[in-house]
Amino acid sequence: MEKDLVKTCIETLGLTVGYKDNTLFQGLSLNLNAGELVCFMGPNGVGKSTLIRTLAGLQSPLSGQIAYKTSESQNPDDLPRHLAVVLTDRITAGNMTAADVISFGRYPYLNWTAQLSSNDDDILNQVLAKIRIEHLKNKKLHELSDGQVQMVMIARAVVQDTPIILLDEPTAHLDLNNRLEIMDLLKQLAHNSNKAILVSTHELDLAIQTADIIWLAGPDKKITTGIPEDLILDGTFDSIFQFKGFDLKTGRVHHEPHRGVSINLRGMGHEYLWTKNALERNGFIISEHNAAHLVNIDQGDGNLQWTLNGEIKFSSLQRLLQFLESKVH
Amino acid sequence: MQLTRFTRWGILLGLLVLLFVLNLSLGSVNIPFGDILRILFGETGSNEIYADIIWEFRVTKALTCILAGSALSIGGLQMQTLFRNALAGPDVLGLSSGASLAVSLLIMSQATGISLLSDPSPWAIVMAASIGAGGVFVIVMLISKRLRDNTSLLIIGLMMGAATASVVSVLQFLSKAEDQQAYLLWTFGSLGSLSWVEIEILFLIVITGLLIGTVSVKSLNAWLLGDNYARSIGIKLSQSRLLIILSTAILTGGVTAFCGPIAFVGLAVPHLTKLIIKTHNHRILLPAVTISGAILMLFCDIIAQLPGSSYVLPINAITALIGAPVVIWIVLKAKRVSI
Repeated sequence: MEKDLVKTCIETLGLTVGYKDNTLFQGLSLNLNAGELVCFMGPNGVGKSTLIRTLAGLQSPLSGQIAYKTSESQNPDDLPRHLAVVLTDRITAGNMTAADVISFGRYPYLNWTAQLSSNDDDILNQVLAKIRIEHLKNKKLHELSDGQVQMVMIARAVVQDTPIILLDEPTAHLDLNNRLEIMDLLKQLAHNSNKAILVSTHELDLAIQTADIIWLAGPDKKITTGIPEDLILDGTFDSIFQFKGFDLKTGRVHHEPHRGVSINLRGMGHEYLWTKNALERNGFIISEHNAAHLVNIDQGDGNLQWTLNGEIKFSSLQRLLQFLESKVH
Repeated sequence: MQLTRFTRWGILLGLLVLLFVLNLSLGSVNIPFGDILRILFGETGSNEIYADIIWEFRVTKALTCILAGSALSIGGLQMQTLFRNALAGPDVLGLSSGASLAVSLLIMSQATGISLLSDPSPWAIVMAASIGAGGVFVIVMLISKRLRDNTSLLIIGLMMGAATASVVSVLQFLSKAEDQQAYLLWTFGSLGSLSWVEIEILFLIVITGLLIGTVSVKSLNAWLLGDNYARSIGIKLSQSRLLIILSTAILTGGVTAFCGPIAFVGLAVPHLTKLIIKTHNHRILLPAVTISGAILMLFCDIIAQLPGSSYVLPINAITALIGAPVVIWIVLKAKRVSI
């Protein structure tokens, strides 16, 4: 069946995860497959980091099994050559250069002298080029921005040259561009290098648009898996996150039309969508019926303007809104 | 300051040789510099007593400086790396406190009614200090097996230090004035009292400690990333922690047994070294810190013997005098401090 087409890298059987007096997940049966980017989502405190640490062999499971299908032997000493992690732990040794930090990824292959070979240097340079951070190579860690540090930590994991990479919230505290860049990089690593990649993240919209598979952790100590669209349409997302005023099926925040005034809006394309957004956000109803006002969007000769009731012209939505609000009061 | 790697090492080795010779040539008896060189190369000087002074007092003291300075500094480096704490030193495990307790028991036992030794010989003090440091080491090891993280180990070490220190003060309170003074003299530290036999023993101890430290070079680097990352790149944490603690215990315990508790050198030298050789890599740091520790100890000893006078100040006062400003500087620059 399907299972024969995909190569499973990690398989858990009845995995129970947590701490002695606090079970976080119970009886998990999960598969992490090669070539797939899996986004692991769930409310804060549900135990995402704990599961990632457990899968990475840094913490023992309470019960159940984790089978690493990439390794012939199940000897935990071999795991560093099969599985790399990016954690939320801060690196305090700020005077290390990016290259120093990244070269730690070669440690599973080095003997006790920790002497890097020219082959190790080649791998390091290839990864720097692949992730496009050559310019950071000789920068000290404390000279880098948060986003750059995160790219360096991901490079460290890639240099480890493992079929599995687990990342714990690599996009936290980063700006939108950095978040997009990192998710895009992880997707490429999964698809082009055929790695199994598990990322825990809070970036709902980003995850839905990039992930191949979503793992959704709910309050019942279980994890629901599936492709993003299925989980949206069957309501799993809604039931777990209990969105307040956000409709995931339309991807929009719900606005109460508190002004009770209908506006007939005429226009096209992006301009129509954003004008509608602005009006609805301010409590107006967009409707052709019983409309109190008519707004036309004119895009002639490159100048965008809005005409109210065929008379008054506005050069920005802000002016239009101010005028409408003064009329309603 | 852009210096090549070669010049930096040149500066370190040059300083070591310079301070070694300077250390030999300064003392209460003024010996001409030419005589010192001749005596070192096996000839006799202009005065027969000079050879005795050089070989039996000054060379032994300078060698003790090199051994003690290197050992304590490597101990400090290992503790700073293991605990990822810039203010850790070789004594954070409580070893020197354990040695102090044993020595104070030996010297001041008369007060408690049981006289262990009527007149404590130097060897008895060395034995007592070794047993004290070793005892604390065993306790720390037993506790560290039950602990998963290094910070708890650090706290245990500090608490052991505080507890033994208070027992020592109780003993001091109970003991006679002359015994108190004998103990006080031991805590001042002494680099000049070692015989050649004792130096040979200390040399073997220090070499053993340094070798164990050298074996840990990969895991020392990895500890800089923290426990989880170190483990994820294949470092066996408890085994590595045991080796690092063992090495530090041998180095600190050995030096404390022969020279008394010498403070601050182990804390300050790793930071001073990193000012000159800017790296985190213990492949480079271990030899660099070994040399720098020897340099600083020779320098402190030169100041302690107050060139031109017959007075010798306690070495511990001098190391603290030099070390304390360094520690203050570390705290002031805390943002840039990196282990």
